[in-house]
Amino acid sequence: MAATTRVTDLSSTTRDGVGTSPRRPDGTLKVTGEFAYSSDMWMEDMLWGASLRSPHPHARILGIDITEALKVAGVQAVLTHEDVPGEKRYGLEYQDQPVLAFDKVRYKGEPVAVVAADHPETARRAMERIRVDYEVLEPVSDSRQAAMDPDCPLVHEPHELPHHPEYNPRGNRLRYQPIRTGEFSGTAGSAERENGVLERLRAEAAAVVTTEYEVGMQDQAFLGPESGLAVPAEDGGVDLYVATQWLHVDQRQIAPALGLDQEQVRLTLAGVGGAFGAREDLSMQIHACMLALHTGKPVKFVYNREESFYGHVHRHPAKMRYEHGATADGRLLYAAGEVIVDGGAYASATPAVVGVASSLGLGPYEIPNALMDAYGVYTTNPPCGAMRGFGAVQACFAYESQMDKLAAELGLHPVEIRVRNAMSQGSKVITGQEIDMPLPMAEMLERCRDLPMPPERAQLSDPSDQRTLPGGVAGTTRGEGVVRGVGYGVGLKNLCFSEGFDDYSTARVRMEVVGGEPVVLVHTAAAEVGQGLVTVKGQIARTELGVEKVVIAPSDTQVGSAGSSSASRQSYMTGGAVKVACASVRDEVFSLARSKGLVPDGIEDTDLSLSGGKVVSATAGALVALPDLLGEAAEGGAVVEHTREFHHRPTEMLDPELGQGDSHTQFGMCVHRAVVDVDVDLGLVKVVALDAVQDVGKVMHPQQLAGQIQGGSTQGLGLALMEEVQVEASEIRNPSFTDYLIPTILDTPPMRIDVLERPDPHAPYGLRGAGEPPTLSSTPAIVAAVRDATGRPLTHAPVRPEDIVGIEV
Amino acid sequence: MRVSFEVNGEKVSADNVWPGESLLYVLRERLGLPGSKNACEQGECGSCTVYFDGETACSCMIAAGQAEGRRVGTVEGLAEGRGKGADERPLGAVQEAFVEAGAVQCGFCTPGLLVQTDDLLERTVGAGEGAPDDAQIREALAGNLCRCTGYEKIIDAVHLAAERRAGAGSGS
Repeated sequence: MAATTRVTDLSSTTRDGVGTSPRRPDGTLKVTGEFAYSSDMWMEDMLWGASLRSPHPHARILGIDITEALKVAGVQAVLTHEDVPGEKRYGLEYQDQPVLAFDKVRYKGEPVAVVAADHPETARRAMERIRVDYEVLEPVSDSRQAAMDPDCPLVHEPHELPHHPEYNPRGNRLRYQPIRTGEFSGTAGSAERENGVLERLRAEAAAVVTTEYEVGMQDQAFLGPESGLAVPAEDGGVDLYVATQWLHVDQRQIAPALGLDQEQVRLTLAGVGGAFGAREDLSMQIHACMLALHTGKPVKFVYNREESFYGHVHRHPAKMRYEHGATADGRLLYAAGEVIVDGGAYASATPAVVGVASSLGLGPYEIPNALMDAYGVYTTNPPCGAMRGFGAVQACFAYESQMDKLAAELGLHPVEIRVRNAMSQGSKVITGQEIDMPLPMAEMLERCRDLPMPPERAQLSDPSDQRTLPGGVAGTTRGEGVVRGVGYGVGLKNLCFSEGFDDYSTARVRMEVVGGEPVVLVHTAAAEVGQGLVTVKGQIARTELGVEKVVIAPSDTQVGSAGSSSASRQSYMTGGAVKVACASVRDEVFSLARSKGLVPDGIEDTDLSLSGGKVVSATAGALVALPDLLGEAAEGGAVVEHTREFHHRPTEMLDPELGQGDSHTQFGMCVHRAVVDVDVDLGLVKVVALDAVQDVGKVMHPQQLAGQIQGGSTQGLGLALMEEVQVEASEIRNPSFTDYLIPTILDTPPMRIDVLERPDPHAPYGLRGAGEPPTLSSTPAIVAAVRDATGRPLTHAPVRPEDIVGIEV
Repeated sequence: MRVSFEVNGEKVSADNVWPGESLLYVLRERLGLPGSKNACEQGECGSCTVYFDGETACSCMIAAGQAEGRRVGTVEGLAEGRGKGADERPLGAVQEAFVEAGAVQCGFCTPGLLVQTDDLLERTVGAGEGAPDDAQIREALAGNLCRCTGYEKIIDAVHLAAERRAGAGSGS
C-alpha cells in the first residue's frame, strides 16, 4: 500500500484542493431552484402513492377490506401485506419490521396499506374507504417497565423475531450491554457483590452525587420530506430515485421484499433535503416500488409533515440513573450509570445505539472503577433509531450534568473538575480501548473557557432592546427578572461504524483529456445530504491529481457501496476511497510517463507528483503536461480509470459480560461554552452565545466545517430548550412544525468556533469526522448555563418553562 | 377549474385544478416550477415563500383559486435571463452571496430564504435605508426554518448581498 502512505504536498499549486473553501458544485442549482430533490421528481404519466397508517399504537388486525377503495375513480392499485412479493419483513440490522402490517400493528402510524392514484387527493379519498378491522390492545409505553418487568406484555413474540445471538434479545429487551471495570470487573453477575463494592467506594468518596435524568424524543426535522419516484423497468426490475443516506443498504432491503435480484433494483440518489439519521431506515422505498411494479407506471410518494413524523425513526428518549463519587481534590473514584433507551416498536439501529450509549456512557473521563448498564427495549412507542450523535447524546447530557453537580459539591469550577479528570492520548475508555490518537481535552476546555465573553447586558447600547431579551419582541420583559448564566459541556463521540462493522467505501476515479484539458471524474455511491461531501470529493481529487477540472458523477448503485452518510464518516471513508483511487490513477500515469521515456533515469516514483496538470519531479521539474502524455480521449488517447475500496481498521464487538473490546474506529470531541439570559419569572431562555472548541485533525474545507459545527450546535440547542416529540400512551401529540419547535434564527445565538488540527495518524489526511461531536456537548452546556442562572436541578432535556419556574404541571 | 396568473413576469394558466390545491402545488406540479419547496405545507417553515402581488407569503397557505389574476414571483425569477441553462445564467446578488458565504447546505430552505432576503434588501438597501443589521436580518428571516446551518452563514450571506447591492446601487 505504498501509494496510500505517500506524503502529499498540500501546498501544491492546484487551486481548490484540500484545506481551501471552494464553492459547492451543487450550489448554483440549489440557489436557482433547479436542483432536483426527491420530491421534485416528475414524469408525464406518473401516479401518486399514499400510505394508510394505523390509528392505534397496539392492535390486532382482524381484517382489511379494500373493495370500496378500488372503486374510487382514478385509483390504480390498493395493496396490503398479501401483495408483498417477497420477504414480508425488513430492517437495517434486524429484519423485524413488516413492509405492510400483518397480524398486528405495533405503533401508531405503522403502514397498513398503500394506494396509487392519478392525484394525491384521489389517493387520500381512496384511503378513507379502506376498512381495517382492529382489536385494540393495551400499549406498552413505559420503557423502564419494558426493560425490567418480566411480566410486561411482549411487543414481539419470540418466534416472530429473527435470531441474532450477538444482541441476545430477551423479552422486550432488544439489547442489554453491561460494562464493568476496576473493582467492578470482579463482581459481574452478582448484584450483591456489586453493591458491596459500591458501598465501599461511597464511603471512600468525599463527594457522591446521584441523579435520575431524562432526555426526550428528538426529531431530526429535516426539511425535505420522505419522497421519491419508482419507475418500472423493461427487465422486470425497477429504477428508484430517492433521498436516502445509504443507497446500497436500501437496495439490500428492497430487493428481497420485491422478490427481485439486487441488480434488478437500481437506485439513484435524488436531491436530499437533510437527513441527520432519519433516512437511514426505509420509508416509502418498498411501497413505491411495489406500486410501480404492480401498475406498470412510475409512482411518486411525498409525505407531508405529519406523515413524516410517523414515517421515520426518532432519537431514542432515554431514562438514566447516574452516580459519581470523587475524592476531595475532585478526582473521580467511581461512576455508575444506567441508561434505558426506548427503541419503540421495531429494532432499527437500536442495538448499535446501545453499543454507543454503553461504551461512551460515562464520557471522556479517567474513571478507575466503572459500572455501566445500557438497555435498548421494544415498546409500542414510535420506533427510534439513528439521529446525529447516535446514543452518545443522551448519556452526555447525564454525565455532564453529574460533573457540574460534583464540581458544585466540591467547590470547583466546572472547567477545573473536567480538566482534573480529562482523558488524553493513551487513556482508556471504559471498554478498555486505548485512545491512540490525539485527544487534547484539557487544552480544549481551557481554550473554551478563555474565549472572549459576550458583553454583559448593562454594556449593551440599549439593554432594554427587547430583541436581545428572553421572549423577544413578544415584550414579556424589559430586563426585570432576567438572570445570566454560563455553562460548559464536553462530549466524546465514536466516528465511523463500530463493533466489527466493515463499513467500507468505494470510489471510481477516471482521468482523461477532453478538449485539450485534463478532466477527472469521481464516481461514488455516497449520499450528499447537505454536508458538502460533493465538494470534499472534488478537493481530494484536485489535491491528489493536480487537475483543476473535476466532475462529480451522480451517486447511484452502478458503483460499489460507499456506506452510510452517518457516524460523521464520509470524509474519512469516501474521502479515503477517493484518495486511494486517485493514488492508483496517479501511479498508472507515472508508469505511462516512464514507458514513454519521459521520466529521466534515477527518478523514483516517490519523487514524482501531479501538479498544475503536469507530471512534476521534485528534482527535475515539470516533465510532461497531461494533455501531451495522455492525448485527447475522443481521438484514442489514454483513459486512466481505477475503482478502489477503502476500509478502516477492524473493530470488535463488546464482550457481553464485562463490555470490553476495541469497538470504535475513531474518537471525536467538542467542547462548548453557553451563555444564557433567563427570565426566571416566566421560564424563558435567550441563548446569548454558544461557543465551541473542536479538534478535527485536519480541516478539509474551513467554511463547510463551520457549517457542520454551527449546525450541530444548533440541533443540540433545540434538544436543550425546545425539541421534544411528546408521546402519551404511545401516541405522538405534536406531529407538526406548529407544535414541534426547532430553533429559528431568533433562537440561535452567534457561535464562535476555535478549531484544532491534531492529526489522527490512522485517518486520511489525519482528519476526524466533525459532524456529530458538537451535537453532544451543546445540550449539556446550555442546560448547565440555565442551572447556573436559576439554581434549578433541571434533570430533563429539553428544559421546559415550568422546570425553570419550578411548578408541577 | 382553470387558474390564470402571472409568474416571474410571464402569464400562465393551469387547467383541471382541483379547488383544494395550493398555489405551491400548482407551481410545483402543474407549471414545472419546483423551486418553491414543500417542507411543512402548514405555513411554519417558509420554504415555499414567494412574492404574491409584491408581498412575501407562504405559497402553501394560498389556495390556487386565490392566485387568479395575481402576480407571483418565485426563486426561479431571481436569476436574470430565465430560459437559459443554469450554467449560463448570471445569478442574482442574493443567490451569489448564499453560495459564496456557505449559506447553502442541503438547500431545501434556500429558495424561501432567497425570496425573503431579496425582499428585505428591497425594503432596506433598495429604499435607501442602508444595509440591515443582525437584529433586522434575524427579524426578517424569523419565519424561515433551516435545519442544517445554525443560521450563522445565512447572516453572513445577507450582509454580503447587502454590501454588494449597496455598492451596485451607488454605481461603484
